[in-house]
Amino acid sequence: MGLIDFFKKIEPDKKKSPFLHTAYDAFFTFAFAPNTVTRGGVHIRDGMDLKRLMVHVVIAMQLCYLFGTYNIGHQHFAAAGMYPGFMEGFHLKLAHGLIQLLPLFIVTHVVGLGIEFYFAAKKGHAVEEGFLVSGALIPLIMPPDIPLWILAISVAFAVIIGKEAFGGTGMNIWNIALLARVFIFFAYPTTISGDEVWVSGYTKLAPGMAADYGWWHTSFFNSIFSFFNLDTFNTATVVMDGYTGATPLALAYQGGWDRVTEVYSASQLLWGSVPGSIGETSKVLIILGALFLIVTKVASWRIMAGMVVGGIVGTWLLNWWGATPFMMIPWYYQFIMGSFLFAMAFMATDPVTACSTDKGKWIYGILIGVIGMIIRVMNPAYPEGWMLAILFANTFAPTIDHFVLDANIKKRLKSA
Amino acid sequence: MKTVNTSFILLFFLINSDNALFGQSSAGGSDLTFYGLVGLSAVLLIWALLSIAGNLMKIEAEKQGIDTVRNNFGFLPDLRDIFGKPSPARIPEKNYIKLRKGHDILLEGVAEQILETPEVNRFAVRPGDFHYMSPIPKVEVEIGDDVMAGDVLFYDKKRPEIKYVSPVSGEVVEIRRGEKRSIEAVVILSDKKNQYKEFNPPAIDSADREQIVQFMLESGVWPLLNERPYDIVPDPASVPDHIFISTFDTAPLAPDLSKVVQGNEIAFAKGLEVLSKLTNGKVILGIDGRKGRNVSGAFSGAEGVEKYWFDGPHPAGNVGVQIHHIYPLKPGRKVWTSTVHEVITIGRMFLEGRYDASRWVALTGAELHQTGYVKTYQGASVNDLLKSNVKEGKQRLVSGDVLSGRQLGADDFLSFRDDQITVLKEGDYYELFGWLLPIEPRPSVSGTFPNFLYPEHRFEANTNTHGERRAFVVSGLYESVLPMDIYPMHLMKAIMTNDFEKMEGLGITELSEEDIALCEFVCVSKSPLQSILRKGLDIMKEQS
Repeated sequence: MGLIDFFKKIEPDKKKSPFLHTAYDAFFTFAFAPNTVTRGGVHIRDGMDLKRLMVHVVIAMQLCYLFGTYNIGHQHFAAAGMYPGFMEGFHLKLAHGLIQLLPLFIVTHVVGLGIEFYFAAKKGHAVEEGFLVSGALIPLIMPPDIPLWILAISVAFAVIIGKEAFGGTGMNIWNIALLARVFIFFAYPTTISGDEVWVSGYTKLAPGMAADYGWWHTSFFNSIFSFFNLDTFNTATVVMDGYTGATPLALAYQGGWDRVTEVYSASQLLWGSVPGSIGETSKVLIILGALFLIVTKVASWRIMAGMVVGGIVGTWLLNWWGATPFMMIPWYYQFIMGSFLFAMAFMATDPVTACSTDKGKWIYGILIGVIGMIIRVMNPAYPEGWMLAILFANTFAPTIDHFVLDANIKKRLKSA
Repeated sequence: MKTVNTSFILLFFLINSDNALFGQSSAGGSDLTFYGLVGLSAVLLIWALLSIAGNLMKIEAEKQGIDTVRNNFGFLPDLRDIFGKPSPARIPEKNYIKLRKGHDILLEGVAEQILETPEVNRFAVRPGDFHYMSPIPKVEVEIGDDVMAGDVLFYDKKRPEIKYVSPVSGEVVEIRRGEKRSIEAVVILSDKKNQYKEFNPPAIDSADREQIVQFMLESGVWPLLNERPYDIVPDPASVPDHIFISTFDTAPLAPDLSKVVQGNEIAFAKGLEVLSKLTNGKVILGIDGRKGRNVSGAFSGAEGVEKYWFDGPHPAGNVGVQIHHIYPLKPGRKVWTSTVHEVITIGRMFLEGRYDASRWVALTGAELHQTGYVKTYQGASVNDLLKSNVKEGKQRLVSGDVLSGRQLGADDFLSFRDDQITVLKEGDYYELFGWLLPIEPRPSVSGTFPNFLYPEHRFEANTNTHGERRAFVVSGLYESVLPMDIYPMHLMKAIMTNDFEKMEGLGITELSEEDIALCEFVCVSKSPLQSILRKGLDIMKEQS
């Protein structure tokens, strides 16, 4: 095979340049499944490996990526009151989405993979695949306008402190993607909360403020679009009067479901044409991704089911209390607002940080569901709870497992 | 008692919340919630009382030494009785255990027809086939000696009373040595006449256990028994709680034991009779309860034994799994096991006074021209058995099945207990994007392969690892293929950290390599679970 000979020829020396060799090895094993054979133990192995597993999670997110890209642009023009239809100004919405999303994606991977490669070279082992998923998740849970340097710092923090300090893939206690987000949440709160950050492309999100277009908008894409005689980015675009950019949850916090429906319809919430973090808005596409993960048995259905149960129970408790309008919202409306489903499908199911016993997974899921709903409704500063609830449950996952195992041990040693 | 505790907590919660609920409901004007909760509390209270009484009964029964695993002494019906499926019509008895977890790996190259008996010249007994035997056993013969079938070849210096004997008659031609002068095999060139050393078996009915044990030790059939935990040749001074025999093998391409027993029914029955003398408990047969299987009358009609029908995918046929569901090996318990072939050999010894180790060996695997059964003896030379049957190319020969068998060297012999040879392709090749877009179909339990669309497809598997070793990442996968109440991943971690008490608590003594082999097969991180398990068993054995 020609390609493999080429690869063999360019292999860098392992001793002289360990970093280059690690990078080479990562790309080589990416291109070719290795030729290792079984030794001792079983003679045949399942076709599944960690690369394949991780890449299937990434595949499950692809619909969210597509819609996320579109929705960045859609929200941008919605703020100006332009192109309200789905197909209207489609090319402009996609172009603006790409201009916002691609830098996030590239920065996340350059920083995250760079650190992974460095540590792998230093420790002398192969690059593990964990960052494939973390790196794909991080852009999806960011607001579209997040400054790139903040993103870079948060990714570095998550990978170094959250993962490598604990020994690499498979050893971390907290979900890497959420750790990156929670870092921004506490270190730079204004960039990730409030009404203004969820819509991109304006100097400031206030009525009358002009759109903030750069070289890519005005020169690159406009020259292409004008060549094809399509609409182009107009620098005179301004935020329309009365526009707030508030997320559905912020509205719900102000005045319950009635206030939400004044601005957004339920079907808008379901399909996802609302402001929010990039990947979390379209509930239908997230559910498709979750079903894909369940059917391929890549993610645990027990955690997802546990979270749904927990979310419903949590909402019932709040409904029963009923002190604020937000508490009165029934569970099915709670589920289509905010990032409940995204957290359920992609965040809570991370096998490394979740419980590892089947019974534990149920408890873990329910715990996240109840606590997340309580934080969402009762936290005045920030009406969303899944990030904190999952990190909280991550912390307790080993303890839950401990008790499940302990029950198994007691059963065995009893009357022995 | 756990159920009782939970119900009390629930009750407590309900009773205390009644006031608040009542306040709420009177304000709302509905008494339904209140009365509903009162009713529920009453039901829960009665249920709690019944379970306490039932549990007390169970504790008393356990004290009296009655089996509480299979018999329900509580007042409440067992959930298994209500929701569990009753035995299907094809199962004649009520001891039917349906296992859902597991996976059948379907491979190409099943043994079906009976092949012409090949001319096998050399046979060997390998000390390495017995766990915890000293590496240099005392060899009783020298090169050039003539031996008869049943003559002692060697014994373990630590346990000189247990003799290991020759399966055939002929001349000792080689005492093969390995590292540090350890003995790998004692090889015998068969004279093809099969002269047997004659023994005088005691009459089973009148002989006492002592006499039978003594005879088995002398005649060399003792090593045909196996002790769990640890898989060792049992200590003659000890008495097992029960003796288990699995009469079907669910491993990939395994021989059909119902065919194997044909013509040997009397010897098998005799063997069972002998075994029942060795234990104060029962001899328990695990019988194939799967749909559409022909079970030999020698198994289903066996007398003086207890029969359990197991239904489900591999590893339902593993004796370890069967023991787990009948008599879980808690610390301190000890059982013996044997296989169908070995019971037949023991039976023959008591019928005819000869060490007749003849057995059907299944030649299997996609890389053979002809697959099928051949009649030969224990420890037959693999080269003689296969001769020109193997296809061209780089192949791997395995004594046993592909999950827990032993890789065979260039000039090697069947393992002591094995009745199967599998031949498959070595997979030492690179595959472009093999992890993402595999070109050849491969066995897998993962839903990311379209395998579930072709449930009947037989795979031509090779030995490629399909990925590199990684840290443990995925959870719950091992549990999904192990039909036992055990957490394999946590057990493995306990072994790796040398946590002796946790190992014991998590049930290491219930497992042997073959039980965990399927977990190793499915492992996404490609971890060597079987060798980790054996390391743990070594530690446990040292400590005990």
